[in-house]
Amino acid sequence: MEAATTIQTILFWAFTVLGLAGAVGLIFNRNPVYAALSLVLNFFSIAGLYLSLGAEFLAAIQILVYAGAIMVLFLFVIMLLNLQEEHGVLKFDARRGLAFILGLGFVAEMMFVAKSFQAFPAGSNFVYGKVEPIGRALMTDYLFPFEMISVVLLAALIGAILVARRHTHQEG
Amino acid sequence: MQALFPLVILLPLLGSALVGLGGFVAPGFRRNESLLGGLATLMVAIPFFIILAAFLTFDGQPLQFSLFSWMQAGDLDIRFSYEFDQLSLVMGMIVTGVGALIHLYSIGYMHGDPGYYKFFAYLNLFIFAMNNLILGDNFAVMFLGWEGVGLCSYLLIGFWYQDMPKAEAAQKAFIANRIGDVAMIIAMIMVFRLVGSLDFSDLNQAVASMPGDQVFWISLLVFIAATGKSAQIPLFVWLPDAMAGPTPVSALIHAATMVTSGIYLVARLNPLFSASPEVMAIIVVVAALTAIVAALIAMAQNDIKKVLAYSTVSQLGFMFMALGAGAYTAAIFHVMTHAFFKACLFLGSGSVIHAMEHMHSVKDPQDIRTMGGLRKYMPATSTTFWISTLAISGIIPLAGFFSKDEILASLFLFDTGFDLYKIVWLVASLTAVLTAVYMTRLTMLTFEGKQRYPEGKHPHESPATMTIPLWILAALAVVGGFLGLPYLIGHGEYHLLNHWLEPVIRNNPAIEANASTGKEVFLILFSTLLAIGAVLFTRNLYRKHDLEADVKVKKAFGGLFGAMQGKFYLDELYQTVFIGPFMMIGKKVLSWFDTNIVDGAVNGSGTVVGSIGEVFRRLQGGLISNYLLLITGGVLVMLSYLIFG
Amino acid sequence: MDLLTPTVYSYLTVALVMFALGTIGVITRRNGIVVFMCIELMLNAVNLALITFSNMWNDPAGSMLVFFVMVVAAAEAVVGLAIIIALFRNQQDIDINQVNIFKW
Repeated sequence: MEAATTIQTILFWAFTVLGLAGAVGLIFNRNPVYAALSLVLNFFSIAGLYLSLGAEFLAAIQILVYAGAIMVLFLFVIMLLNLQEEHGVLKFDARRGLAFILGLGFVAEMMFVAKSFQAFPAGSNFVYGKVEPIGRALMTDYLFPFEMISVVLLAALIGAILVARRHTHQEG
Repeated sequence: MQALFPLVILLPLLGSALVGLGGFVAPGFRRNESLLGGLATLMVAIPFFIILAAFLTFDGQPLQFSLFSWMQAGDLDIRFSYEFDQLSLVMGMIVTGVGALIHLYSIGYMHGDPGYYKFFAYLNLFIFAMNNLILGDNFAVMFLGWEGVGLCSYLLIGFWYQDMPKAEAAQKAFIANRIGDVAMIIAMIMVFRLVGSLDFSDLNQAVASMPGDQVFWISLLVFIAATGKSAQIPLFVWLPDAMAGPTPVSALIHAATMVTSGIYLVARLNPLFSASPEVMAIIVVVAALTAIVAALIAMAQNDIKKVLAYSTVSQLGFMFMALGAGAYTAAIFHVMTHAFFKACLFLGSGSVIHAMEHMHSVKDPQDIRTMGGLRKYMPATSTTFWISTLAISGIIPLAGFFSKDEILASLFLFDTGFDLYKIVWLVASLTAVLTAVYMTRLTMLTFEGKQRYPEGKHPHESPATMTIPLWILAALAVVGGFLGLPYLIGHGEYHLLNHWLEPVIRNNPAIEANASTGKEVFLILFSTLLAIGAVLFTRNLYRKHDLEADVKVKKAFGGLFGAMQGKFYLDELYQTVFIGPFMMIGKKVLSWFDTNIVDGAVNGSGTVVGSIGEVFRRLQGGLISNYLLLITGGVLVMLSYLIFG
Repeated sequence: MDLLTPTVYSYLTVALVMFALGTIGVITRRNGIVVFMCIELMLNAVNLALITFSNMWNDPAGSMLVFFVMVVAAAEAVVGLAIIIALFRNQQDIDINQVNIFKW
């Protein structure tokens, strides 16, 4: 497996910084709209990281589905509900402290677990990032999950309509 | 032929299910008495003919068949397997033959009873259980039948369960039987531990290599079980009370079949018992005591069925005496003849009770003091009753003479000197005299003399379905004895039963060795003279004085008579020694234990769980963030365990 | 190989940090929609790890899984937002600390 190229290195660091900034912005922004925009930044960065790994198709999908569709839906709901700013986001209390300690502990432990992966370079000749191999895989080995996922989407569609619908009096 | 054998077991069960469930769900079927009774009778009659055919074509080789495997665990493999050998064929013919006759009789006797279908369902179920008992080739199947007949006995004694004393009698029978059953279970466990199998044949083969004390305990426990089922001291008290059931039940279960299952079992296990002379001595003493005590009590009873009940206990004592002497064939012989004449007597008493009940003016239809002179109105019943009375009294050449004489002879010939068995022989002879006396008294007071019931309406003879079985049984009571002609005639050459049972039963060889023509003649003359003398004496006494003769009898017995009338106060003794203290412990100690310890433990565990929940439910604050925090913490802990643990 | 060149470990670390940040957000934030967005962040962090492994082994399984996660996430977002709308309609608020009907 070929070692990472310079471009890959640059992409990695740039999008890592941006992505983490987006994540931090998400959890510390008291205004939901800003938080959502931070998350969009994060999603774009993750798309960039996908690109740096050679997963071009999924990077495109990431932008289209997440940043494009899902986040627009979020923003739409936020604005629809006209939410107030959330107070005390930066205030420190026991639960927040505990949450940070747990988060840190989790990262530390998982990094300890994953340290054997230090030896593996992130390859640049990743075949399954391209559209054609993915399309082939989806239509052959992964055909059944691929079909099932459409049923999931349909179920979600119907479910969402049912849940969010304004209940009329006729159904008593 | 072989294919028909399972029907012997299955038909009565099928009949019970058909009659019972069919009657339960279909009221129309329930009311169709002749169909119900006919079906039930057929379900017993067919097995009788199958067994009869098997008997006639029997070639000396036991016929075995197995239905299915009941349970398998380790070394234990219990199959629903049955065996037709000489002994079970004889017993099977008695059970199904007498059973079929009594079914037939019940069609008339139970007429109009609201529980008609239930009665026949129970009766068929009883035959099913009894067939299991006598045909099963291992302890487990036998025990299934053993418990099954106990259950049916309970159901049928308490057949008119709205009547409190009858329900109590049923419970008494059940509990007394349970005491014996416990001994049976222990014996079965010991047999399995020792032999590794519950088959009768395996046990009988293993006896020779078994340690003596084990043989003693197993045979003693089996005998204790038999005292429960076959109504011997100390557990016989249930049988007289069991007369609360319908009379056909008394005839079938409590005279002819179920109560003889203990004798059957001892005979079946004869190698085991022969190996333990101590238990044989215990049996013979207990049996002699039972026989004489029950005969004395029977002298002082005025209830026609009670007299017969105590007579049954006494006759069962005779059978056990024979077993105790090692004369197993004699015991089975007496089981057979007793089944004939006692069933006939009970059915005759049923016929009398039936007739008295229909007069309505009589307060207690079972009290012989309000009967008398019934021969005029009930010729069939009285003739058959007389025949059976003479048979049970041991009048030559009726059936009872041969079997009873054989028992007395085997007791006398057990050994040559004067010892325990000679005393038992004397007691048995005395009992035989008493038997003749009380049976003649019963018959005289019932059928002869002046009529003591109110004038006007008079009793009627019973219908043909009831008298036909009486005639058949009486005929058997006449000829049944010829199956076992005494040793005197052709040196046992013509003792057909003995020859028949020879392959499965090894009688005590000492009896035959000690026998001689002189002794035989003496014994036969002795018992014949005693019996004839007792019958004639009693007949003349009651003929002359009628009911007043009871006063003379009372005088003759003096102080003992009160005890006889009070059944030797055994019920009262058990009440004060066992039941009273038991109830008191139950009321005082156990109820305290129940409310405080048992309930306390139950409530306490509830309270503990409740208070723990009271503390921990604070965790359920309803704040999702807190739950998430806890989940994260939990994941972290598990990760730490996986990494560092 | 110098320190700056990203390895599989580098990508995993980024994914882990993002996941932890998402977790912290889920625990600390009270606004239902923001909590929901934090969950999306966690999903993305996992996706990044999956693609990293897919790249490492040059195997389609990871990529396929990411593809399916995305679809499920889309479905989940639709249903979740519908629930939030229904919640808002009932409570006039989506502060999840006010939604304590699970309480003892």
